[in-house]
Amino acid sequence: MNPHLSFAELNARERVIQLLDPGSFREMLGPAERIVSPHLSLLGVPYAFDDGVVIGSGLLQNQPVLIAAQEGRFMGGGVGEVHGAKLVGLLQRALQVRPAAVFVLAESGGVRLHEANAGLIAVSEVMRAVLDVRAAGIPVVMLIGGANGCFGGMGLIARCADHVVMSDQARMSMSGPEVIESSHGVEEFDSRDRALVWRTTGGKHRYLMGDCDWLVEDDLDAFRDVAIALLGQSKVLTLQNLLDEQRMLTDRLSQVGDCDEATEIWRHFGVQTPDRVADMDAEQLRALNASQVKGIS
Amino acid sequence: MNWQALSLALFGELHAIARTGDVIHGTAQLGPELTIAVVGTADHAAIGVETALAQAQFVLDTVVNHPGRPILLLVDTQGQRLRRRDELLGLNRYMAHLGCCVDFARRSGHRVVGLVYDQALSGGFITSGLMADACYALPEAEIRVMRIPAMSRVTKISEDLLEALSLTNPVFAPGVANYVAMGGIQALWSGDLKQDLLDALAATNTVDARATLGAERGGRALAARVVQQVLVA
Repeated sequence: MNPHLSFAELNARERVIQLLDPGSFREMLGPAERIVSPHLSLLGVPYAFDDGVVIGSGLLQNQPVLIAAQEGRFMGGGVGEVHGAKLVGLLQRALQVRPAAVFVLAESGGVRLHEANAGLIAVSEVMRAVLDVRAAGIPVVMLIGGANGCFGGMGLIARCADHVVMSDQARMSMSGPEVIESSHGVEEFDSRDRALVWRTTGGKHRYLMGDCDWLVEDDLDAFRDVAIALLGQSKVLTLQNLLDEQRMLTDRLSQVGDCDEATEIWRHFGVQTPDRVADMDAEQLRALNASQVKGIS
Repeated sequence: MNWQALSLALFGELHAIARTGDVIHGTAQLGPELTIAVVGTADHAAIGVETALAQAQFVLDTVVNHPGRPILLLVDTQGQRLRRRDELLGLNRYMAHLGCCVDFARRSGHRVVGLVYDQALSGGFITSGLMADACYALPEAEIRVMRIPAMSRVTKISEDLLEALSLTNPVFAPGVANYVAMGGIQALWSGDLKQDLLDALAATNTVDARATLGAERGGRALAARVVQQVLVA
């Protein structure tokens, strides 16, 4: 075991190297190949030699895996033409080599606005590629623990995967709080109210709702342990799965669709002390979910 | 074009398409033996949890009750609904579920065609039309993530530069022609709409060839090449 390593504080390449078995990571289309976005240089904006995403193969517990990690420090992890195509290529490669899992360390604001049209199409291409891999019985696992969260198109891609793992510091949703505030005002969503933002989009809320399957501490080894547990754990989408999801989402709307606050929702689902959730760590949350919470997917 | 005029142009009187809230849904006859399921949104709907769920329900009902029936997705949306309540309830999960249902229908032998008949913006488009076998648009439709003035504010790049670049590079500016050049839109429907639909149903392809199409058309030079490079890396 490593001494505690914060997943959030590592950069994308460090996360990949630390997550996999030592020395096993082989990067594809790495920075030396300089496959960069042609659109950013036209705009006079700095580009990155990996276009903000690290992809490659490696071993996890001696099992072959494919892996991608978005670099939140480059354009917020935004998906552009090259960035998206690297993800699609990795997923298509999974169909050929059949790894024990494909891991996506997602950290992204969604479509990169500097190349918005290409990014939008790319997100849908990634969604379809994820679903192709999933249909082939190869698990796609999203690991979400970066400071920038997982928003917009990446939030959609995450929910197409077999498994979603989040840290209690991570966030996942569609529109970010700033976008909602700028559209409907601070009364609608105060993006500077940190506690409100976390209650609405954070890992604990997503876990209590069942929108993420695993909740871990912001710790590299904690992510690694769950990643190992999910090797080979495919959840092929069947008609019955989709009908069950439809029923669950319908029930959620009818049961808690009028709630204004996450704490009301948690109480409805059986959390007896919703005001204490913010102070709980991931282990306490997991225990809570197992002992108290009923009626969540 | 509004959805009633579109339905009339596509199907004449031979349709039973209705509207419930922002969602339009129903069936139409394309021939004596050919019924098509139609679902989508109207009046630039904001896609919230209810709107996504209702469309998913319709797609699933079609898969369960009418195996193999082709599906037409009609797109007119201002994008995802920008409300705190929708995020609290997990809008990304609701929208992704819609996308998964469309994808499942395709895999189960339903031909799925998308049509942007008025406006398609960002997130509202990704989980509907862009998940079809192929997506088409009317020439007067508008597709975009963001208008140039807003993009200029977000990226801190002058409108003049963005406008100038958009003349030669389709990734920057709104417009259906740009999406055609990039392969995101298969083609524009500008003639006999019913015939265009029949041709589209005959031509559907379950393989995602949009990156290749974008390269052939010169609008997205790199995507297909990068995918190929990863496959042989």
